[in-house]
Amino acid sequence: MPNAFWCIVEDDRAGLPKKVMAEVIGEATRLSGGAEAVWLTDKASDEGLKQLGEWGATRILLVESAGLAPYRAEVWVKVLADLAAPEAPRAIFGPVTSKQRELLARLAARLGVGLSADSVAFAMAGDTLTATRPVYAGKLLSKVAWAKTPCVATLRPNVFRPAEAQPGKTATVERPQTSLGDAFMKFVERREETSTGLPELTEAETVISGGRGMKGPENYVILEDMARVIGAAVGASRAAVDAGWRPHRFQIGQTGRTISPKLYLGFGVSGAIQHLAGMRTSKVIVAVNKDPEAPIFKIADYGIVGDLFEVVPALTQEFKRLLEK
Amino acid sequence: MKILVAIKQVPDTATQMKLGADGKTIDPTGITWIVSPYDEFAVEEALRIKEKRGQGEVVAVSLGPDRVKEALRSCLAMGCDRAIHLNDPAWGAADTLMTARALAAVVKQEAPQLVLCGRQAIDDDMGALPAQLGELLGWPSAYWIMEEAVDADGKTVRVARQVEGGLEVFDLPLPAIVTAQKGLNEPRYPTLKGIMGAKKKELKDVKAADVGLAAEAPQLSITALEALPPRPPGRIIQGDLPTAVKELVRSLREDAKAI
Repeated sequence: MPNAFWCIVEDDRAGLPKKVMAEVIGEATRLSGGAEAVWLTDKASDEGLKQLGEWGATRILLVESAGLAPYRAEVWVKVLADLAAPEAPRAIFGPVTSKQRELLARLAARLGVGLSADSVAFAMAGDTLTATRPVYAGKLLSKVAWAKTPCVATLRPNVFRPAEAQPGKTATVERPQTSLGDAFMKFVERREETSTGLPELTEAETVISGGRGMKGPENYVILEDMARVIGAAVGASRAAVDAGWRPHRFQIGQTGRTISPKLYLGFGVSGAIQHLAGMRTSKVIVAVNKDPEAPIFKIADYGIVGDLFEVVPALTQEFKRLLEK
Repeated sequence: MKILVAIKQVPDTATQMKLGADGKTIDPTGITWIVSPYDEFAVEEALRIKEKRGQGEVVAVSLGPDRVKEALRSCLAMGCDRAIHLNDPAWGAADTLMTARALAAVVKQEAPQLVLCGRQAIDDDMGALPAQLGELLGWPSAYWIMEEAVDADGKTVRVARQVEGGLEVFDLPLPAIVTAQKGLNEPRYPTLKGIMGAKKKELKDVKAADVGLAAEAPQLSITALEALPPRPPGRIIQGDLPTAVKELVRSLREDAKAI
């Protein structure tokens, strides 16, 4: 619908929208009064459509086709651009994921409009939308405005308040006729990472991070023990990744992943500016370090100066006691 | 094979950032400028492709004011053959789309088989340029690649892109755009010989009119730049270990409601 706020659905590749969509739909609803979900997938489900409706989507545009998987930008962008032309939405939002970062950048280029990537706040003044995004390693905040609509933006996960599910609320579902873009890229294979059984770093509500103070790769097991107790992801600082202790996909910071969990716990992490760039929008920051001068204490909400090899097991036990109550 | 590498000059991460008087830009005094770290992975990969094939040309290109020449010289010192500097006040307020349009115009003139970019520049962290360039050119693009192999006859490139939970491997027909991610390679340091040699290599200034572009307004503009609101002061929890740990968990539960 004209002037609608579109939310491009990120799904779990098994028919359900990811939880982060509650945040995207929640923010779009706050800004506009009603959000529309646009779901491109090879596999939708009634349960997934119901979920989007309960999160507050008033209307769902569903394009379901085997040709949409695996995601290739050139196939998807044509579909979205064709849908957007007659609909003329005011904004097109998506969560920051590896896919949508690329997809919405390409879409903005095709539509000839601006893009605000990794946004952490929005404001509407009359008809005008502005976005806030961290720049310069998160040291400054940039406010940006679009010259024309649709305003295309990606939203940093865990930052926006998720929509509360309203049981029984439903969306109208439309299945527009569209044709896919021609695929240039030829899919060869997907290699799954060995699963840690722990949440994905960028999606986790709690993240535990180990730095140089971990002393070696074999010691991360104590962080994983704690992670299993509190349902956290485990990441690492650049120093630990560069030392070869953890694979690069676990790196938090400037040349790694940007995270914004509700709770961040850093053990033996000094808090180099490169690391802070990737985690400083965390809501609550806990630091444990032997060095009272470690820069991470400057941004930590709670700190313990001490030996992590003593603190971690004691803390895990205390979490266990609390959560088993 | 001709390869173009798009790079950006950015403030060193360790540099303290100060706001400019206009409230929209940074104060450039005292800033140490570097080639954005991800772009170094792109330069390195381009040089490796050329070395492996035993022939080819690597062209570094960047958009920005005069100071950007220094970053392009660094790329020449690493081993790039020549450099193109998109240097025109018309691009002074360039957003990613305007930058992508300028680069697309250069790509059309240069006709490389492959364009390499870094995952994102560490100043504005937008990470949109490679995808937008691909869209404007109608080329395939691959983000966040951890592996790359151009086939022997230079017709396709096989890439492994990083996605949540794994890697996806694709064959892209050339010409194509690929985006370097940390883990792809270990960038080399320029040698003294490389630094000396860089001074003699071609570094061409290009104006908007040279690539057939007229001045345009940006689609996204910065209306304000602000310092980060300070975090409320934290608390170092004192006491012996069992007491401190208990108090931390209590605080996380009751005060911060984070667990």
